[in-house]
Amino acid sequence: MKNKKPKRNGSGDPRLDKVLKPYKGEPREMISMLQDIQDEYGFLPEDALRQVAVALGVPLPDVFGVATFYRMFRLNAPGRHTITACVGTACHVRGVPRVVDELSRTLGVEPGQTTPDGEYSLETVACLGCCAIGPVVVMDGVYHGQVNPQTARKLVKTPAKAKEVVKS
Amino acid sequence: MTATIKKLKDLTREKERIAKAREAYPFCITISSGTCGLAKGSGELVKAMQAAVKGLGLSKKVLVKSTGCHGFCDIEPVVHVAPQGILYQKVAPENAKEILSETVLRNNVLDKLLYTDPRSGQKVRYAQEIPFYKAQRRLLTKANDLVDPESIDDYIAIGGYRALAKALLEMNPEKVIDEAKKSRLRGRGGAGFPTGFKWEFCRRAKSDVKYVICNADEGDPGAYMDRSLLEGNPHSALEGMAIGAFAIGAREGIIYVRHEYPLAVRNIRQAVAQAKRRGLLGKNIFGSGFSFDVHIERGAGAFVCGEETALINSVQGLRGEPKQRPPFPAVRGLWGKPTNINNVETWASVPIIINKGGDWFARIGTEASGGTKIFSLVGKCAHTGLVEVPIGTSLREIIYNIGGGIKGEGDFKAVQTGGPSGGCLPRHLIDLPVDYDTLAKAGSIMGSGGMIVMDDSTCMVDVAKYFLNFLRNESCGKCLSCREGTQRLYEIVERICEGNGKEEDLDLLEELAQVVKDSSLCGLGQTAPNPVLSTLRYFRREYEAHIKDKRCPAGVCKSLIQYVIDGEKCIGCTLCMKQCPVNAITGELKKVHKVDSDKCIRCGVCVESCKPKAIFVV
Repeated sequence: MKNKKPKRNGSGDPRLDKVLKPYKGEPREMISMLQDIQDEYGFLPEDALRQVAVALGVPLPDVFGVATFYRMFRLNAPGRHTITACVGTACHVRGVPRVVDELSRTLGVEPGQTTPDGEYSLETVACLGCCAIGPVVVMDGVYHGQVNPQTARKLVKTPAKAKEVVKS
Repeated sequence: MTATIKKLKDLTREKERIAKAREAYPFCITISSGTCGLAKGSGELVKAMQAAVKGLGLSKKVLVKSTGCHGFCDIEPVVHVAPQGILYQKVAPENAKEILSETVLRNNVLDKLLYTDPRSGQKVRYAQEIPFYKAQRRLLTKANDLVDPESIDDYIAIGGYRALAKALLEMNPEKVIDEAKKSRLRGRGGAGFPTGFKWEFCRRAKSDVKYVICNADEGDPGAYMDRSLLEGNPHSALEGMAIGAFAIGAREGIIYVRHEYPLAVRNIRQAVAQAKRRGLLGKNIFGSGFSFDVHIERGAGAFVCGEETALINSVQGLRGEPKQRPPFPAVRGLWGKPTNINNVETWASVPIIINKGGDWFARIGTEASGGTKIFSLVGKCAHTGLVEVPIGTSLREIIYNIGGGIKGEGDFKAVQTGGPSGGCLPRHLIDLPVDYDTLAKAGSIMGSGGMIVMDDSTCMVDVAKYFLNFLRNESCGKCLSCREGTQRLYEIVERICEGNGKEEDLDLLEELAQVVKDSSLCGLGQTAPNPVLSTLRYFRREYEAHIKDKRCPAGVCKSLIQYVIDGEKCIGCTLCMKQCPVNAITGELKKVHKVDSDKCIRCGVCVESCKPKAIFVV
């Protein structure tokens, strides 16, 4: 199938149109498109997935297939704060499982879930590559090293005290 | 000033110009600000230092430079004062002023900020005297100390892009491949394929279009040297890629970098843009007629995308599922065209080889493998960080001499190398030289360089369970043996950890592991059983303790442990009672407390809160 130009008038959502504007509408662009959508919305709304399928001229299940294959993509809106525990090997042997348990208990949700009030999402990540200072927990983009269950609990209670947000 | 570099003499002139501009500053304060440093507050420190320089009117005298990671992540944030050469550790923003007023202006050393050698108890002034650095051979990582990753000038100042100029103007592609072969450089991503030969295969493939890819999808948990190189010195990998592209005849390159490394993504993006602006990427580089362009793809979080064919699929916008090889990417890769993939560390080694010669590089490592390797020495080690040593250095040298042995009171038990494809090596193998072949023979692999040190409080069955959990989640699902095999292996080990294991489980594990190994398509499945097999090989007794005695000797597996309070040590302070999230501890002030095992959820908070260390695990 020949590549189609994205139907920029089709989505009816100027926010989404703006995200998709730089793209040529080639299927190879799917992952970057989804990444940009998630950067904008914090997750992949269903309408956006449909729009990507139209823009790229590929079946919706293909888009869904990619969106569910990669760990970074989420199909539900995240909470206002995202707390991510690194569960890499170095963090594991230094006790991150107990940190995750404690966060889970404090927030009342399992990893991958968001609190019912929409405040916190608890996530785990395979490895953040800050192994020397593990266990590492990232709160809204701020990295915290050598976290233990007690300090993790405090982190949740005082979120916004930012040191340095690392953004790409 | 951003002059375009069109010829070799432009590069030389630029280097001189930059050096001159630097000489105008008598002092330079370098602050390590990789992701680890930022996590420990180096961002605020840089700001405080800049403010202090201004406040003391030193703006024309002191250059404040923010660099990538210097490797010793444990003592971050690190401040290096030049020309004195003094290294300060764990520096807080409030120390900024006194570093300037005392060390810079009065040449006084601030003892309280110096590193203390734990063995001698002596304060150490200079980086090269710290045991962690002393025994290293920092061919690649040294530049991280010197270069502001956001400044191409800094890279040019240390001789950057000189190797590319040499390759393009003084050598031909065959000669470049020859040097790569002579260097005995092997792929640093883990597979260890000789780089020169890999390039040659791709060079020989007939096609008008070819690609080079930089694999920066460093997925092995516990390894982060590629992050550090991309964050701290992104131009080195870029220069290496350009040289490799020249050698194989590619004009386009792709850097596939994990989205989990936001700072690395940012710095490599900037580096590419700067190199393009300066004419070091793009058309007709150094007037040689060679053109090369690079763009960046962000990975989306899939371990399997470290595998070459899966990575190619991902770059093409597809699910990252591996393909049958052959055809190898060198013949049919990205968009069906010959493609050469190397990882960040491999590419970053290339400029050094071209500058110093393949023979020089080969002399550093072993007979079969040249150069240095960066390891991420982490876990229960006293000094954690990135360690670069010649290939063939012994585990003992790395863990004890550089890493300072085990942190705290524990005993060394094992070291896990090679990530989820690797294995755990026990104490009696501590004198093994670390190279591709020796570690493979011992049932592990060198892999991409993760080295996770474990002490007697690490349960090896739990470690096997950890990796199987990782692998069952990361298996792409294409091959049944890998998709279902890792799941079943996980279930068996999980039930052993829960105290429900049967004696025949161990044979079953071995049999199933062999099936997964033999019948999976890609490296992920073929090596997935390594963590189980290596722990079974060296720590079988620990598995048996879980199965027969229903006991976890390391005190990790929750179903098999209990927390007990030592009546002689407990001072009855009630702190543990207050901390316990489930009210499982009872007692009165100044009387020995008690843990109710039925209520206890084994979170360990009490152990950490207990000052007289009266709570222990049985």
